[in-house]
Amino acid sequence: MNFDLTEDQREIKDVARQFLESRCKLDDVRKAADAGSYDEGLWKEICELGWPGIATPEADGGQGLGMVELATICEELGYACAPVPFMGSVIDSLVIAAGGSDEQRARWLPNLATGEVRGAAVMVDSSPWVAIDTEGATVVVTPDSKGVGRVGEASELEIVPLDLIDKTRSYGEVASTDGFGEELPPEHYQGVLKSQVALSAEMLGLAQRAMEMAVDYARDREQFGRPIGAYQAVSHRCAEMLYAVEETRSLVYYAAWCADAEPETLPLAAAMAKAQASEASWSVVSSSLQVHGGIGFTWEHDLQFLLKRARTDGRLLGTPKQERARVADLVGV
Amino acid sequence: MDLTLTESEAAFRDEARDWFAKNHPGETPRGDEKVEFEFRRSWQKTLHDGGWAGLSWPAEFGGRGASLIEQTLFNEEMGAADAPLPANVLGLVMGGPVVIAHGDEAQKERYLEPILSAEEIWCQGFSEPESGSDLASLKTRAVKSDGGWKITGQKVWTTYAHEAKWCMLLARTDQDAPKHQGITYFLLDMDQAEVEVRPLRQITGEAEFNEIFLEEAFVPDENIVGEVGAGWSVAITTLMFERAGLGALAVVGLGRAYEELLKLIAERDVGSDPSVRERMAKLKIGLEAMRLGAMRTLTATMKTGIPGPEASLGKWEWAVLNQEMTDLATEILGVDGLKSDEEWTYRFLRSRANSIEGGTTEVLKNIVAERVLGLPRLR
Repeated sequence: MNFDLTEDQREIKDVARQFLESRCKLDDVRKAADAGSYDEGLWKEICELGWPGIATPEADGGQGLGMVELATICEELGYACAPVPFMGSVIDSLVIAAGGSDEQRARWLPNLATGEVRGAAVMVDSSPWVAIDTEGATVVVTPDSKGVGRVGEASELEIVPLDLIDKTRSYGEVASTDGFGEELPPEHYQGVLKSQVALSAEMLGLAQRAMEMAVDYARDREQFGRPIGAYQAVSHRCAEMLYAVEETRSLVYYAAWCADAEPETLPLAAAMAKAQASEASWSVVSSSLQVHGGIGFTWEHDLQFLLKRARTDGRLLGTPKQERARVADLVGV
Repeated sequence: MDLTLTESEAAFRDEARDWFAKNHPGETPRGDEKVEFEFRRSWQKTLHDGGWAGLSWPAEFGGRGASLIEQTLFNEEMGAADAPLPANVLGLVMGGPVVIAHGDEAQKERYLEPILSAEEIWCQGFSEPESGSDLASLKTRAVKSDGGWKITGQKVWTTYAHEAKWCMLLARTDQDAPKHQGITYFLLDMDQAEVEVRPLRQITGEAEFNEIFLEEAFVPDENIVGEVGAGWSVAITTLMFERAGLGALAVVGLGRAYEELLKLIAERDVGSDPSVRERMAKLKIGLEAMRLGAMRTLTATMKTGIPGPEASLGKWEWAVLNQEMTDLATEILGVDGLKSDEEWTYRFLRSRANSIEGGTTEVLKNIVAERVLGLPRLR
């Protein structure tokens, strides 16, 4: 038994961190958000690195690695708050790989893996239905936990642009998917669960970054003649952030491991991870804002990008309340 | 990352499971503390005869040399079998390991075997009425005398002091040194007239703990562990062993309590109450996070040798979860949850100490803030 990343997994994570530190600074996030578009140059490089297909089977044109590897990438993209259409493409890939016919797989997966095609995903657990990563998307899947999903050309679906607080990716509203595209059988649901893990890993990265920003600020900022981090009202808040982040880390990587090694435990593990990551990432970013004080509330401060994406991620693919209801069902309350 | 057991780990677990099935001592007698304690002493002898006492201790000192993972597996099986705790818990998880880590050859020879066999029970004299969280401010003083030290002062919150032969005692040997440096780690013989033990009654009505009054109690020089004045660092390792050793057991205990709570919810037919469902889901998520966090700590400790400060998170989580769980149970029970003879009511009251004993949650937050996050100290 060993609950730690393998050397290869750690290497993937470290390389992702280094790459994003140089290529995707918070200034770059701001530029993309202000322009209301993705960082196309960054996306191109990410595709060249093969990240969108990291967990896609080799036979379908991907790297054939597992959910733990994908989770490390999602965590680092969250840590950087990268403005790229990664999540939509990954959700589409996971769902099609889990439930798609041979023909559907051949048609979409290789192109999604290379980034040739971008995917949007419609979250039918929200009301109204929200599609993420809509801009420039060619393929859309509408995963549905209750039964069939659908996959088809983005141009065949009416998606009304949605102006959400998170400007680091694009969103749209979908009123109906009746008659859209082709059906995906119920097996696609395993891909939905994996998508929850991917999104939870992104929130883990967001929370980790917001915590580090709070700790750095608490060390530097002085009031009443000493760093504010020396006051327990502030330092205990930071300790509580670590508690939330580390619990999230345990549950996210456990769920990722379950997806690969113990698929029968994935429904519970994914629900726990999503509920925890949604709740914890929000509590950490909002607590980080409190530590920053007034400066954290300004438009000029970069914390807003983490805060808004964490808030948005937490409402998509299952809210904490919805996921806790699933947990209660699954443990037999 | 691989959470499945290796072949040898699975074999170890099966061996432990098998052993518990064959050797379980039956229901622990309740009511008379003396009878209960002797029952647990005899249970520890059974464990020792089976080679399971001192699981983590190296084989050369009579232990089993089990890896941390094996200790966890053993504790899980012990929990699953609902087996009682051995009598000499503090000797096994703190006293023995500290003698092994810091003691000299004569001390190892003298103390280790009777800890394992439960012939000599150990207790811990750290906290004082004026020194709780700020342990290093302790005032109990040791004065040099012929061949040893005479110790005067008061200790509090000492478990099993009335049963104990040996007390791991911190006392100040240098009044002028900075507070962390003038402390020495003694092994005090409780069997002398200069040591008075008084039971300390707690809000549950029982007396798990004691106060100890020392009036020139004598400790010979050879009963010092580590160097004179080095007691603080010896004590710190003891505390870390305490947190690491008890973590796995705590996870198992909470898991069992959660199962009982599920049964209670079914009996009282409150499973459709949304607030009950929500709280149970949160508890499950917290329990899993704690179980998995313990596995992560275990993996990290296997690599680095000693448990790191992040082990403090487990103790903190445990207090949060146990208090919430017993709070929910007694709420579901309604007036029954106020009755003195209700088991959940007892646990509810007892759990109030969880965020105080073994490091208050506030102290744990300080440790996390300063030693994990690197925030400045207030002092």
